[in-house]
Amino acid sequence: MTLTLTNIAKTFPGGVQALLPTDLEIAKGEIVSLLGPSGCGKSTLLRMIAGLETPDAGAKIVFDGEDVTRQSVETRKIGMVFQSYALFPNMSVRGNIGYGLKMQKLPKTEIEARVNEVIALCRLDGYADRAITALSGGQRQRVALARAMAPRPRVLLLDEPLSALDAALRSQLRDELALLLRQFGITAIFVTHDQNEAMAIADRVAVMSLGEVAQIGTPEALYRNPATGFVARFVGDAMPLEGRIEGDRLHLPGGILPLPGPARGSEVLVRAEDIRLDPQGPITARVETVTFLGTHYRIALSGASDTLLIALHSGLSAPQQGENVRLSIAPEALLILPKGVAA
Amino acid sequence: MKSLSKAIPLIVTLLACAFLLIPIIQSVLAGLTVNYFRGLSSGLTLKWVARVLELYSGSILLSIWIALACLVVTLILGVPAAYALARNPGRASRVLEEFISLPLAIPGLALALALLQLYGTLQGFRTSWTFILVGHVLYTLPFMVRSVLSVLAAIDLKVLEEGAASLGAGPARRFFDIVVPNALPGILAGALTVVTLSIGEFNLTWMLHTPYLKTLPVGLADSYASMRLEVASAYTLVFFVMIVPLLMAMQWASARAQRIMQ
Repeated sequence: MTLTLTNIAKTFPGGVQALLPTDLEIAKGEIVSLLGPSGCGKSTLLRMIAGLETPDAGAKIVFDGEDVTRQSVETRKIGMVFQSYALFPNMSVRGNIGYGLKMQKLPKTEIEARVNEVIALCRLDGYADRAITALSGGQRQRVALARAMAPRPRVLLLDEPLSALDAALRSQLRDELALLLRQFGITAIFVTHDQNEAMAIADRVAVMSLGEVAQIGTPEALYRNPATGFVARFVGDAMPLEGRIEGDRLHLPGGILPLPGPARGSEVLVRAEDIRLDPQGPITARVETVTFLGTHYRIALSGASDTLLIALHSGLSAPQQGENVRLSIAPEALLILPKGVAA
Repeated sequence: MKSLSKAIPLIVTLLACAFLLIPIIQSVLAGLTVNYFRGLSSGLTLKWVARVLELYSGSILLSIWIALACLVVTLILGVPAAYALARNPGRASRVLEEFISLPLAIPGLALALALLQLYGTLQGFRTSWTFILVGHVLYTLPFMVRSVLSVLAAIDLKVLEEGAASLGAGPARRFFDIVVPNALPGILAGALTVVTLSIGEFNLTWMLHTPYLKTLPVGLADSYASMRLEVASAYTLVFFVMIVPLLMAMQWASARAQRIMQ
């Protein structure tokens, strides 16, 4: 199903603008992530697509050519996975998964068959007759997904589906979820504040900030060509290099860094993996902490910029804490972005 | 010294139990002895119990009938009211909740007087059992509302309902499929409280009753005033047999509802 959102905005009573007018188009079978910090409007946008919130006047939500803006949530034929899963404690796993099919008034035999089908797909065999309270967090998450998918919804909406799990389980289920969504072949939108989750699961990521979409694109495009400093910071943890720009030179507290071209009025950012320890480098810095992370060292450096810089170093040895080192950054690795764009 | 500090609380507890239990045992025995003044030596009999059932079966049945009718009315009014209060938390709901609970703070006699002043002239209503029912509903409704509300407040009702709505359930389906089953422990505890209170209610009922409409406790007072002691005691025994299992079930159901709320 293709999903078209036009001029969708939300002002809460009291005048707080949770979402500024936004347009978004999602292709059939595409998985799009809404990524942003809390309060950026991503959940509000998702809930408006679901029909759980009413957008401001003038909005239009179209599912495959059908205007659903005025339709209530129960008639929109959407599937939703909630952050807390919202599983019904008064029903078994089977009861939960079959509930949407029961609402469609399908014959009992067909409900049975389709519940079994999703149970197998979500690897819940053997748990069908258990109580919800007897399941682990990961199992509950799969039941929530199975329940949303069983009625074959037009679009699947996921609101922070992994955030209720602990860290180890989260990264494992992230890949499982990505695989399952691909197997279902469903158009899906999922909300997260975790860039790794968004990049692992989504075909396209919409980075949101302060009630608007700052940039939308493939994970790779966002990483390589962020449109704003916010996107660069949020996707790939870029760090600002704070100094004075003169022509194609950036004067930092630790030295003068060559830029790829004149960059007056711009903001210069760099990612940790692009900072090199280089005895011939133009910038000096002091090593504050060194953390060994197996494949590389994570080094916190002071004195080069106004704030601490993090460098990832993959040599066989690392400098000592307190040591002075020299750094270089390839001009083409720098992110030069317009200054003063809030989002 | 150590044994003494253990013994004193035990003795106090036993004394308190005796203080509560001895009158009950004495009363029960009085209802079962042939002649109370001659004591147990006169022998045990069920004659007085049979006499009570013969004389007061109408009162007993009326009480059960009113209790059940009261339960039906408090379920129909109380469960949706608790649901509405749980779904719309806020100052208005708080005020409304207190308002529903107001009859608890007013003596039953005053409540009955108000009902008599308002409806006493409606002859058909005044002499009907539904008049007593109205009093009982006023008195027991807050217990039902509070019991259901406390369970509903402990579950994330809004999200559960959103989940059901996303699966295509309309408001009525959500209420009967999600709200009611999850509120069941609270409904059960509330129901047992309502039935127990209604069967045992005296103050209000005594004011509202007519010679042809006597409930179990009103009949009890009547038997104390006009029957021989053995019959009145046998009546107490019948009352105990009815109310004690209800009380125990009520305790059990409330404890269960409490557990769900944690």
